[in-house]
Amino acid sequence: MDNVTTAGHAPAGSHAHGHTSHAHVDHHEQSFVTKWIFSQDHKVIGIQYTLTALLFLLFGFGLMALMRYQLAFPMQPIPVIGSLLGAANAPGGIMLPEFYNQLGAMHGTIMVFLGVVPLAVGGFGNYVMPLMIGAPDMAFPKLNMASYWVYFVGGCIMLASFFMPGGAAQSGWTSYPPLSVITATNGQTWWLLGMICLITSSLLGSVNFIVTIVQLRAKGLGFFRLPFFVWAQFVTSFLLLLAFPPLEAAGVLQLMDKVAGTSFFLPSGLVVGNRPLDISGGGNPLLWQHLFWFLAHPEVYVLILPAMGIVSEIIANNTRKPLWGYRVLVYAIIFLGFMSFIVWAHHMFMTGMGTTMNSFFQTTTMIISIPSVIILSALFLSLYGGSIRYNTPMLFALAFLPMFGIGGLTGLPLGLAPSDIHLHDTYYVIGHFHYVVAPGTIFALLAGIYYWFPKVTGRQMNEMLGKLHFIGSFICINGIFFPMFIQGLHGVNRRLYDGGVQYAHAQPVLHWNQFMSYAAWGLMLFQLPFIFNFFWSIWKGKPVGSNPWKATTLDWAATTSPPLAHGNFETAPEVFHGPYEYSVPGRAQDYLPQNQRD
Amino acid sequence: MEIPYTVDVRPDTGLSNGKFGVWLFLASEVMLFAALFSSYILLRVGSVEWPHGYEELSVPMAFFNTVVLITSSVTMVMAWASLKMNDFGKFRLYLGLTILLSFVFLIVKYFEYSHHLHAGEGPWHNTYYAIYFTITGLHGLHIIGGIVVNAYLWGPGAKMWQTAKERFTNRIEIAGLYWHFVDLVWIFLFPVLYLL
Repeated sequence: MDNVTTAGHAPAGSHAHGHTSHAHVDHHEQSFVTKWIFSQDHKVIGIQYTLTALLFLLFGFGLMALMRYQLAFPMQPIPVIGSLLGAANAPGGIMLPEFYNQLGAMHGTIMVFLGVVPLAVGGFGNYVMPLMIGAPDMAFPKLNMASYWVYFVGGCIMLASFFMPGGAAQSGWTSYPPLSVITATNGQTWWLLGMICLITSSLLGSVNFIVTIVQLRAKGLGFFRLPFFVWAQFVTSFLLLLAFPPLEAAGVLQLMDKVAGTSFFLPSGLVVGNRPLDISGGGNPLLWQHLFWFLAHPEVYVLILPAMGIVSEIIANNTRKPLWGYRVLVYAIIFLGFMSFIVWAHHMFMTGMGTTMNSFFQTTTMIISIPSVIILSALFLSLYGGSIRYNTPMLFALAFLPMFGIGGLTGLPLGLAPSDIHLHDTYYVIGHFHYVVAPGTIFALLAGIYYWFPKVTGRQMNEMLGKLHFIGSFICINGIFFPMFIQGLHGVNRRLYDGGVQYAHAQPVLHWNQFMSYAAWGLMLFQLPFIFNFFWSIWKGKPVGSNPWKATTLDWAATTSPPLAHGNFETAPEVFHGPYEYSVPGRAQDYLPQNQRD
Repeated sequence: MEIPYTVDVRPDTGLSNGKFGVWLFLASEVMLFAALFSSYILLRVGSVEWPHGYEELSVPMAFFNTVVLITSSVTMVMAWASLKMNDFGKFRLYLGLTILLSFVFLIVKYFEYSHHLHAGEGPWHNTYYAIYFTITGLHGLHIIGGIVVNAYLWGPGAKMWQTAKERFTNRIEIAGLYWHFVDLVWIFLFPVLYLL
């Protein structure tokens, strides 16, 4: 055990020596294809997920940048890019409403299903979780590989749908029928096929994660010694496992409606364009909403829980203190996971499902806010009395707290049926969930990238550029989303092609549209230092030792950076402590690694 | 480094990876079919008129198929038990029978489907036929999936018996768990779609 601990403190460069001298000759040389493309190593798959998801995030952001031009300058030709969009989408550079709807639907789909979840779970979960629990790999490496490639195919289908005749899906990321079914183009069919791939991928992934966490924990690593990050991934996997299948069912039913002429979601007597539709009818559009939100509300927690996990690790590490109330955090996150299955219809207060249903779901919604507040409070309290290191990961993690706080608190009026009547489908909703996901989850993911970059590459990202990235992003992102609350409270609807120009009640707040668009493009500009920093640091970043942050968890304390290609650890680690033994009184150093025998 | 607990059981959890994994997979399958059954209930409750299954579909054929599937579940267990008793020849026989019975099920299903399609009672006909074709179709896909897995374990996959007896026996057990689940779904489908 001692040699593992010392390996954790080895100076930079020695890991390269460790690689060559270590007795791993039994592994035959791998070709480029088996090592980097069809790899079964959780670390390579994690990197594949991370890079693919980052590209999708950038692409989805690009779609939004285009939409923001139309919102800021309605019906004006988009400079330069407008001419590249093709006459079918933007004749003369002026965006058509159909194309605007495609951008909106695909922005949501790509950001959620192809960007944030694959990065948070597929990327961070895959790379970090097995290292944290001292496992040699995931329990099912082949499934892990399959999971990535099915995700990849799903992503390709989604992207390709833009180039199909009629373009991509245009009924919003929620794909509410009857609109989604009766739209004449085939974009929705491709969307459904893509979704079925993505759901299958996350199913394979979640089975793998749960089995790995339960079965492959290192010796001595009981459940209450797991880092909070692992708990977050564990609960997230259960949500993915149990909430996604109903959407798969819903997707199959809608696909049948689209392709086989069934009427699952089409009511009798549906009239489209003054003509009765030639269908059997008898279906129920609300059925889709129930099935969709049965997934999509747990999905919200799939987006936020891994982010909370990442932030907890970074806060504990950079305050040099144990997390405040670790057990409470664990109980809260488990409760959150359970509750997330019985709040879904708070998205449907306006469907006329009745006051009894509304009361039930607004009650459960108020209850679910309790564990969220517990988690956030515990993280805030963790800062108290700490001597905080303000490095880039910590800055992003600290920003997560108030940003998620704003996102969460603005959700309460939406969770109460009476106030939701006014706020439903306005920009207020957009502001609310973007505060949770963009400066919330995505900031946490960026924090995670800065934090674990040295683990993956052995080099640290540039701090100067990192801070520039942070400050610019923080200001701009608030510039985009805060005015949405103002617009929403004035009653400006979401999904308006012209941003509300035609509406009298929108006039007093219309000027915010340009402001928000400039902020959005500014945000894009401030990602350039990050992109440059990311690639530059891979080759030219400052080489650091195995444990540059002086962390206690196994991912840092028991492995080299980067970890061994096969099996991660030189000898199977053994755990003797809880995850956050920082500043233990009476010790020479201010951290006590989990694998250090006392 | 080998991945632990692929064959033997982890002492503190009492599970091997594969068995735990397949139970989790089945949990998600339960959610999939639960969503479809819920949709069935919601559509039926909300409909003006809903045909009785026994007036529309052939109960004898479905009954025959139920017997076929239950028998195939029994032969699946016998295949696993034969391996436990170290009798590879009998294993081949019983797993082969399981695969054969799965094909019988599909063939009967084919006759049912083509009868309705010829009569113009496709999924577009009404919501009853829509849900009938969708659920039994998905169930049929699960049967095909089971055939693929079982055929692999009967043919090329059986080579593992020479090198890792216990691991191969575990694989048969896991394939069996899946097969029993597919069988169980049908046992719910039969009364819901044919008898009610």
